[in-house]
Amino acid sequence: MESCPSIKNILLLDSEGKRVAVKYYSDDWPTNTAKETFEKAVFTKTQKTNARTEAEVAMFENCIIVYKFVQDLHFFVTGGEDENELILATVLQGFFDAVGLLLRGNADKKEALENLDLILLCLDEIVDGGIILETDANVIAGKVASNSLDAGASLSEQTISQALATAREHLTRSLLK
Amino acid sequence: MAQPLVKKDDDRDDEAEYSPFLGIEKGAVLQEARVFNDPQLDPRRCSQVITKLLYLLNQGESFTKVEATEVFFAVTKLFQSRDIGLRRMVYLMIKELSPSADEVIIVTSSLMKDMNSKTDMYRANAIRVLCRITDGTLLTQIERYLKQAIVDKNPVVASAALVSGIHLLQTNPEIVKRWSNEVQEAVQSRAALVQFHALALLHQIRQNDRLAVSKLVTSLTRGTVRSPLAQCLLIRYTSQVIRESGSTQTGDRPFYDFLEGCLRHKAEMVIFEAARAITELNGVTSRELTPAITVLQLFLSSSKPVLRFAAVRTLNKVAMTHPMAVTNCNIDMESLISDQNRSIATLAITTLLKTGNESSVDRLMKQITNFMSDIADEFKIVVVEAIRSLCLKFPLKYRSLMNFLSNILREEGGFEYKKAIVDSIVILIRDIPDAKESGLLHLCEFIEDCEFTYLSTQILHFLGIEGPKTSDPSKYIRYIYNRVHLENATVRASAVSTLAKFGALVDSLKPRIFVLLRRCLFDSDDEVRDRATLYINTLGGDGSVVETDKDVKDFLFGSLDLPLANLETSLKTYEPSEEPFDINSVPKEIKSQPLAEKKAPGKKPTGLGAPPAAPVSTVDAYEKLLSSIPEFANFGKLFKSSAPVELTEAETEYSVNAVKHIFDSNVVFQYNCTNTIPDQLLENVTVIVDSSEAEEFAEVLSKPIRSLPYDTPGQTFVAFEKPEGVPAVGKFSNMLKFIVKEVDPTTGETEDDGVEDEYQLEDLEVVAADYMLKVGVSNFRNAWESMGDDFERVDEYGLGPRESLAEAVSAVINLLGMQPCEGTEAVPNNSRSHSCLLSGVYIGNVKVLARISFGVDGPKDVAMKLAVRSEDEGVSDAIHEIVASG
Repeated sequence: MESCPSIKNILLLDSEGKRVAVKYYSDDWPTNTAKETFEKAVFTKTQKTNARTEAEVAMFENCIIVYKFVQDLHFFVTGGEDENELILATVLQGFFDAVGLLLRGNADKKEALENLDLILLCLDEIVDGGIILETDANVIAGKVASNSLDAGASLSEQTISQALATAREHLTRSLLK
Repeated sequence: MAQPLVKKDDDRDDEAEYSPFLGIEKGAVLQEARVFNDPQLDPRRCSQVITKLLYLLNQGESFTKVEATEVFFAVTKLFQSRDIGLRRMVYLMIKELSPSADEVIIVTSSLMKDMNSKTDMYRANAIRVLCRITDGTLLTQIERYLKQAIVDKNPVVASAALVSGIHLLQTNPEIVKRWSNEVQEAVQSRAALVQFHALALLHQIRQNDRLAVSKLVTSLTRGTVRSPLAQCLLIRYTSQVIRESGSTQTGDRPFYDFLEGCLRHKAEMVIFEAARAITELNGVTSRELTPAITVLQLFLSSSKPVLRFAAVRTLNKVAMTHPMAVTNCNIDMESLISDQNRSIATLAITTLLKTGNESSVDRLMKQITNFMSDIADEFKIVVVEAIRSLCLKFPLKYRSLMNFLSNILREEGGFEYKKAIVDSIVILIRDIPDAKESGLLHLCEFIEDCEFTYLSTQILHFLGIEGPKTSDPSKYIRYIYNRVHLENATVRASAVSTLAKFGALVDSLKPRIFVLLRRCLFDSDDEVRDRATLYINTLGGDGSVVETDKDVKDFLFGSLDLPLANLETSLKTYEPSEEPFDINSVPKEIKSQPLAEKKAPGKKPTGLGAPPAAPVSTVDAYEKLLSSIPEFANFGKLFKSSAPVELTEAETEYSVNAVKHIFDSNVVFQYNCTNTIPDQLLENVTVIVDSSEAEEFAEVLSKPIRSLPYDTPGQTFVAFEKPEGVPAVGKFSNMLKFIVKEVDPTTGETEDDGVEDEYQLEDLEVVAADYMLKVGVSNFRNAWESMGDDFERVDEYGLGPRESLAEAVSAVINLLGMQPCEGTEAVPNNSRSHSCLLSGVYIGNVKVLARISFGVDGPKDVAMKLAVRSEDEGVSDAIHEIVASG
């Protein structure tokens, strides 16, 4: 057994199985083709299940996959076959909820792609090289959303539109808390 | 929050466009990346361009080396901006680009500045980026900062440093190991995740130090662990300590109380981890199991699928070793058969099949029948296998189980699934005599409409062996002959062979078979015609009712006692000539390739080029090598070559291993020598062998290596004479003798004068196992019975205290040097008795079979009963002597 819980990959696919954002942490799928084949297989296998209220789980190619869907977004977290399923489920829930928070409850593909930067940062804050960094959705979203300007930057450097954007961000952050 | 990217993109102006990245092109985005070079940076726009680049990479697009370098340099310019959001994207981008060493230098100073910034978010991220892209030399420069970061009061910074440490431990262990004091301090952190990361790192640093791990576990199990994740880690480390502390037959297991206490933890993941750890304990007792099973049983009725899955999967494993412990959960398990999640349902079914009793079989089968239609093939295979073992457990129930199998055989399904069913039926036929007739008929019906050539031929072959022994063989003929009409050439050919087998065994059917075979002579396929001709001739008797020769039966039913791969290579090297191909020239030794390959990378010291006999097809290579040396030409046929035996420690000046070649009346030692000193050339290398402890051997010749340059392996040989056909044993001490000459490493010139030198090697032994070839038999029981008990020798031995039963079994197998058959070398965990089937060929080409029953006697003592059958009385005795003296 792996002594430290490890994540093999995290996938965010759309309702046709296409990538929104994916991150692989293990060498089990060395090429992009291998990755795509895996994603397609996982998607087809789980497509018909109802994973909207509770996270579901499946075994596949010696991996444990936990998954959850919302709107047209499909969230997957994969671990080795000896991994504690509940740890994987915790990671999945952290990712799922953090994305929900960051997209302000409008979690769907369009919103996700329009805020892809946030999704990618979110992935970066959850797992680092297969090791779980954080599983609390509020903390993850908080870290990602702290997108304000460096405190040292003077306001004079900003254009009007930037200032507006900053204001909007501040508002969002206060909403998130 | 971010302005929709749609608006900024030139390609489209339609607001309703579904994806903001529609029509995105790598070339265009790379052009856009020029904004990174603007003197007045627009952070928002730059972020968007980075997002686009990351999107491309995420979709599987790849940048060429030049493109990646260009993007990388442009991105480094963005460190000028003080926008936090942009900086985050820059960090991401650098990690994705994984720059080369000379590029890393460009960003190092910026990242080091960020590492010491006042903004915690900068520090945490800069540490992660820097550690990802750094190499060993840079690491020593930043080591000081990392050590500080580990004990930083900000948990995000500390976690970033610790996680980076876990990654760096793989590449630079000696540096990370110096951090243990800081890591130790971090283990006591109040922040939950810092504790988790610190614990993971500390354990990895100390994992080879059993005492330290044990201390760590002892102190933490008493203290407080804050996060559930860290608690899971601690459970894993605890079970590791329990495992390594050895089995305590009496008294309480250390730390069991801790594991049991974790079953009452508030986090489900900890409860489950602890329950699983308890079920996996070595030699777990039912008293220890009970609390774990109880919590798992509660999980079975959880509303969360993941919880149900985890519980049923673990119980399924427990059911394999402790079926009785799981029976309490049967009612909950039965309700899971209708679970929405098919994985859970399948696991529930197979668990029930393992724990079920005879009376519940029929009810269970009814439930399964409804269930089978709506699960995928891979699940069905699992169910079929479970049913097979159930049937073997309750042979009286074969009728309903066989019916079930034949029903599902008729339904739709892929090859793997059908194969699993057919295999199961075949096994049931073999093991349950009552099931034979009905099983064969089911198979016959199946081949009437079978789309898989492989399965048809397998079944036809099986029919040929079992069919003639039934009460009414004639009823199968129709099914077989139908194949000759309806199927492809491969199936037709195998149907012809099957017909011939019926003809050979059932004398009354012979005339009819003869007629059928004659019809096959006009088949359109060569192979079918050839086989028909062959069988008509071998059966003989012109189709009258006569008894079949024993030779013919041997030919039709005898197993080919050669490994097919060896036969294939021999046939390939055979050149058509006057001399017919001699099947006796095919080596019989099974090549233990996977084993040899596994050994190769681990054990061989570096610099030792592969010895001339690489693991691949060793026998052939050795034979070729030896036959190329004229001195050994008159030794006759090589009987066996041993695996290489290391005669030096790894990484010594000269590395030597030896291979023992056994001939009928000679033994040749082949010493594979490698010189691992670059500035030395060895000349006239020989091995001086002292055979005073091996009386029956007399040295006949020694063949030196003329010159042995650095890192080029060479072989020297020493040959001995021994009494013909006698398995003489003995011990040989070896001394490497040579002339050393200095080599100038720069010019490669060798000095003229050399110094004579010696080097002591380890001893080499010729043991009885060297005279035994590992030759497997496919069906041990048949081979055993056909050998007869004329030369059977049975005796019992006490092996004394052994570490475990498995260890005793493998020691005996190694001592005898025979091939374990039918997987009997594997000893299930915790079993108290085991029987092992071995086969081999002893020197003089005498077939030997051995049947050994092991039993554990008292706390550790192992006793065994050895029954040997062979074609020669003396050999049977010799085998016993090996054991008696070993």
